[in-house]
Amino acid sequence: MNHEFSIESRQFNLWYGDFQALFDIDIGIRQGIITALIGPSGCGKTTLLRSVNRINERLGYVRTEGLMKVMQKNILDSDVELAQLRKQVGMVFQRPNPLPLSIRDNILFAHKLHTQSHEKLSRQDENNLVENVLRQVLLWDSVKERLHQKAIDLSLEEQQKLCIARLLPVKPSILLMDEPCSALDPKGTEAVEELLWELRGQYTILIVTHNMAQARRVSDESIFMLMGKLMEHAPTDQMFVTPACKETADYIEGRYG
Amino acid sequence: MNESTNQTVSHSIDDCRNLDWYIDKFIQVFVFIGGISAIVFIIGIFFFITNEGIGFLFKSGFQLTPHAVSLLEEAKIPDDTLAALDELAGENFETATELEAALEDVLMPEELSQFQALIVKSAVYEPFSISEFFTSYRWKPTSEWNPTYGILALIAGTASVTGFAMLIAIPFSLGAAIYIGEFATGRQREVLKVLVELLAAVPSVVWGFIGLSIMNPLIIRLFNVPIGLNVLNAGLILGLMAAPIMTTIAEDALKAVPDRYREAAEAMGATRWQLVFKVVLPASKNGLVAAVLLGVGRGFGETMAVLMATGHTINLPTSVFDSVRALTATIAAELGETAVGSDHYQALFTLGILLFLVTFLINLTADLVVRGIRKG
Repeated sequence: MNHEFSIESRQFNLWYGDFQALFDIDIGIRQGIITALIGPSGCGKTTLLRSVNRINERLGYVRTEGLMKVMQKNILDSDVELAQLRKQVGMVFQRPNPLPLSIRDNILFAHKLHTQSHEKLSRQDENNLVENVLRQVLLWDSVKERLHQKAIDLSLEEQQKLCIARLLPVKPSILLMDEPCSALDPKGTEAVEELLWELRGQYTILIVTHNMAQARRVSDESIFMLMGKLMEHAPTDQMFVTPACKETADYIEGRYG
Repeated sequence: MNESTNQTVSHSIDDCRNLDWYIDKFIQVFVFIGGISAIVFIIGIFFFITNEGIGFLFKSGFQLTPHAVSLLEEAKIPDDTLAALDELAGENFETATELEAALEDVLMPEELSQFQALIVKSAVYEPFSISEFFTSYRWKPTSEWNPTYGILALIAGTASVTGFAMLIAIPFSLGAAIYIGEFATGRQREVLKVLVELLAAVPSVVWGFIGLSIMNPLIIRLFNVPIGLNVLNAGLILGLMAAPIMTTIAEDALKAVPDRYREAAEAMGATRWQLVFKVVLPASKNGLVAAVLLGVGRGFGETMAVLMATGHTINLPTSVFDSVRALTATIAAELGETAVGSDHYQALFTLGILLFLVTFLINLTADLVVRGIRKG
């Protein structure tokens, strides 16, 4: 196995009940870069994304087959602790979903989940941690005066940045993003894309997007999916200029989708 | 061609009062009456209870008791004196001296002296005061010599039974709601929900029957106490009665927590318990408090089961094995045997006002809590 891959799958199949959503997916997501998942609605890109931290299983009627490796460990093994997996693989959702807590408590939520009571941080250390991650997501200056206010009261853009920020204290290696900008206005989208570039290199980022221009702007590599199958995986520049498959070319040019 | 189109259009505007229009109007009026009648009934009930009971609260002074009048009537006195006496019986006097003076006017001196001792001893009421109503534990409305109306023991009875019931119902119902809402899935969840709703539909007299015929001997045997109709029995019964309703409301509150909170917490690696305690419960706490309050209101207002299971004994309870009597049960048991308009009758309606106010306050608080309005 290649160690430069953060996420790697072999013959990965997934069923929702009787419906097969993913067919024999083989991917290798390289460490530290941004990979975009593109494809028409219902092609399985979100399903694939949600398989990486196994959040799909909440539904209760999901069945998988094959191999899905995250940091060289097959996460479908029975000895995998979901809490540990999800500590390593953070996820950002389509709609910003801060918890109904204060901004500060949102940031510390995951951190508190994953620390035992004896290694609790002092209040000063917590404050430093909060400041540190909020600076990383370029949010510190706008919220530093209101850390104890409800996170729900922030603007959508700020909420989405907060949702990214709250993943960072537990030091994940992978960030999954499911159309993180689809609920934001163009200005918010720009701000979040800027943030993605800031985070690039420190984290392996896998992002689902419907927006071709966004995929082109933010990603190093792109994966095109269609009808639950992986059609093409190539560097973004190459895919958008000289796509290998006819379907990719058609989709990128907007002939369907 | 153009003209005919215009005609069709104007025709359809004129002719809008067809059957659908009338049905629509009828339904509107019907629904409006239905809605407004709730308010009318509430106000009507409030006025009725207040009107019947309020006189008692502002009563003061002295009156001949019916018992004294009947004693006087048994003596051989002339008919016109009798009529005057009847009139006197309905009157209210500021002081005992005034009452005696009035009696002297009516009765012959020898008759008066004959009954003087009796009149002084028993024919007058002790002055009524509202503080006595709330602080005396003597509830003896049917006493011929000296009826007293102290509801402290009744309040203590209701409070102890309701309190004990909540000790049982709160953990049970919240646990059940969390299990049904957050852990049970699919078929199991549906079956549980139906069963809980079925439990809520058990008539209270059936619960009372269980308390009387099953719990009573069980408690006597288990705890070796002389009587099993007590706070423990009624509290258990009432707790089991209130729990299904509280479970249903609490589960609704949990269901109202958006799923994206759960998804967010799970994606951060929260276990099911962490999810429930750190996200779902804090997010639904208003609804849960409301569920508890409505359960308290239910327990407070419950009548039949507590009448049957408390033992119906006027008592300030000192342990859970003491029999007590509840406010509601007192009204239910005694109202049928009082003369309309008598002091006893009015006192029972005063209890009704009290119950109405307390349940109204509890429900109002629950409503405000649900809306998230914090006081102060």
